[in-house]
Amino acid sequence: MSAADALRDRLAPALRSDAALLVALLLGIYALYVASGVALGYELRGQLNAVAVVTFYVGVFSLLALALNLHWGYTGLFNIGIVGFMAVGIYTMAIVSKAVYTPGGAAQVGGLGAPIWAGMLAGTAAAALLGLVVALPALRLRADYLAIVTIAMSEIVRFTLLSNAFESFRLPVPYVSRSGVGTAAYRVGLGGGSGLILDFQDPLAAFVEAVGLAGPYAGLVDLFGTAIENNPRPVVDGLVYALIVLGFVAGYYWLLKRTGESPFGRVLKAIREDEGVADALGKDTRAFKVKAFMLGCGLMGLAGVVWFMRQGAITPNTYRPRLTFFVWIALIIGGAGSNTGSVVGGAVFAAFLYQGPLYLKNLVNTVAPVSDAPGSFGPAVAPLIADLDPAPFLLYTIDSVRQLQLVIMGVVLVALMHRRPEGLLGHRKETAASVPLRGAGGSGGAAGAVGTDGPAERTGGDPSDPDGGEGDG
Amino acid sequence: MGFAETYARGRRVAVENPIGIVVLVVVAVLAVDLARGLATGRVPVSRVGSLVWDGLMRGLVIGLAGIGLSMTYSILNFANFAHGDFITGGAFAGWATTYLLAGAGSADVGALLLVGAGGSVFGGALGVGITTTPVAVLAGVLVAGTATVGLALLADRLAFAPIRDAGGISLLITSVGVAFALRYLIQFVFGPSTRGTTAASAVPKFPLYLIDGFVRIDAHDLALLVIAGGLMIGVHLVLQTTKLGKAMRAMSDNKDLARITGIPAERVVTATWVMGGGLAGVAGYVLVLWKGTISFNDGWLLLLLIFAAVILGGIGSIYGAIAGGVVIGLTYSLSVIWIPSTFARAAAFLVMIVVLLVRPQGIFAGRTTA
Repeated sequence: MSAADALRDRLAPALRSDAALLVALLLGIYALYVASGVALGYELRGQLNAVAVVTFYVGVFSLLALALNLHWGYTGLFNIGIVGFMAVGIYTMAIVSKAVYTPGGAAQVGGLGAPIWAGMLAGTAAAALLGLVVALPALRLRADYLAIVTIAMSEIVRFTLLSNAFESFRLPVPYVSRSGVGTAAYRVGLGGGSGLILDFQDPLAAFVEAVGLAGPYAGLVDLFGTAIENNPRPVVDGLVYALIVLGFVAGYYWLLKRTGESPFGRVLKAIREDEGVADALGKDTRAFKVKAFMLGCGLMGLAGVVWFMRQGAITPNTYRPRLTFFVWIALIIGGAGSNTGSVVGGAVFAAFLYQGPLYLKNLVNTVAPVSDAPGSFGPAVAPLIADLDPAPFLLYTIDSVRQLQLVIMGVVLVALMHRRPEGLLGHRKETAASVPLRGAGGSGGAAGAVGTDGPAERTGGDPSDPDGGEGDG
Repeated sequence: MGFAETYARGRRVAVENPIGIVVLVVVAVLAVDLARGLATGRVPVSRVGSLVWDGLMRGLVIGLAGIGLSMTYSILNFANFAHGDFITGGAFAGWATTYLLAGAGSADVGALLLVGAGGSVFGGALGVGITTTPVAVLAGVLVAGTATVGLALLADRLAFAPIRDAGGISLLITSVGVAFALRYLIQFVFGPSTRGTTAASAVPKFPLYLIDGFVRIDAHDLALLVIAGGLMIGVHLVLQTTKLGKAMRAMSDNKDLARITGIPAERVVTATWVMGGGLAGVAGYVLVLWKGTISFNDGWLLLLLIFAAVILGGIGSIYGAIAGGVVIGLTYSLSVIWIPSTFARAAAFLVMIVVLLVRPQGIFAGRTTA
């Protein structure tokens, strides 16, 4: 048996079990959603929509958690500016792919009128470039300083999107035609506070046409039409797009797995464990960190595009830092350092913390429609204190589920850091070694422990001493 | 020192620190532009005066809140992202007290306690102000401080103490969780709306004539100045003259050495939260008094500016935090001379990023908490 065969034999069970785990998790989520829907008498259309929506969010949060895992789990870069890269991705995509400005149209500003795939590529590239701009100066800083720089950067991006100064401008684009070379000025812009209308063709429809499946797709819609009476198209669109997002997840997973297992990835993990050692071994750690950071940022930009390009319109205030922290919670649930863990974390976060409470609220509202929920805390609590009537308080609680879910997320994050800082899956962090560290026989236990340090240890060796050697001056 | 030596030294500095040179050039260009603007009358002197005053006020709030953040950063060794929501918590606790005292008898107690959630009571209608209801405001300051001390100690007990030795990043992530829970609990109870808190028309104003116009100064500015300045001097005295202060400075300089010499680490940690929390709460209260509105987001929006100030001044140095706060406040206010006001905050962040690149140890580095 050759070495490659041996490796494959060793990996196969792990791969199978990870894939099985993910499929089981997804099916479990569906079962819970559908069961609670059936129990409360949701109709088929609502059920299918709910499944599509939860699959979509499972997908996008998995994408973002995977990209963040490359930064934090593999390289140890503490990036809390994720939302800035997402915003740059989708805004660039919008500018490139939006229809060219026509006076009197619905959109205040136009775009370059390029195909959607070109926009997606441009968005990814722009996010990676912003990553470069941030990385060049910031990566030599301590982890907590990098954190503050990245979050400040994401806010600067949001202020820029909000600003009137870039609401609309003319972008000269060089072109080459038969008559010669010149530049054409396009009226584009960031749209200011009111955002941008994404007035390009539905990316899903464009994709279906491009792969030549328009006919079968129409047939699929008709098929669903037999079960859902009027207008089955949006339901089918939602389901199919959710599947495409899962396809992106598979692509990210494959890419990051390949990256992590390559010599490049092993250097990244070595940097995470001890940058000084990697440096001493002759690796240009700065270049590795910049490349890893750019790749992760590009993937975050693409994830932003995938998330928002079918939303019809984008506004700057969607891209607040809380989105960044959502991704962090997802990664920590699954456990940093493992790609499977990132997907598990993304799925659990999306299904139970992000969509779950809203779905529950919808269900409750469907079953027992209430219109007289108190508008604020005072009228909600007064009856509880005065005559022990808990109804208004419960109604207010259900009505405020959007705020309370953030409280729950905060509590979950604290509880995770206390009880399972290594994530739900346990110790999955991959080691920097290319050969298994578990030796034969009795030494297995001790050697195995090398790779199982929790996130706590990662920064343990670095006391807060930014000015290092010059202390006695 | 000869010319050649000076030249060689200048060259070395320029080669070693190119960003520093660029920063100096940019600052010089802006200063020259401002001087020309003032000389030609393009930028009225009184406008610059108003902006400086505004920036000083903002900077004092940032500096006051920054002292606590700087202390927890150096003594507990993590960036506390919940600090902004301690500020908000203190502001709401203090203003509930002020409303209750100012509006007792004239409005529903529940509405007063919720600082007029859902538009049930308006601070303007109650006539709240430092001159109109001084007792209510002073009581509010005290309650804001003490309530935030309680909040900080509770957060420490529940969230931070169990993982005291877990490393800075774990604690930072935990503090993000605390921040989320706290912020949206505050929103759940006090509502999402931004509302006015003071009777703006009843505040005495002291316009100061400056060459070509007036610098607007009012009683709330002066109250902020007195409260923030007084507390800063108080902190200085505590740290410099008491045994506790000496222990805190020792902890922040070298934890292990401090422990070996018998300093009770947990007691110092508690004292850190008490001081940091109290100052954060009062800062939140006076911020609301100064700007006249309150919202569940106030502290969080201020937090990144406070981080900027603390990093600017050098983590661990309270004088650095105060000076950094004033610099950040002035940057925030004065930047509107050159750029649209949407970017005022961005300018402050940029200053922080540049300081991190040029002098990551901060301006006052090496004098931690001293």
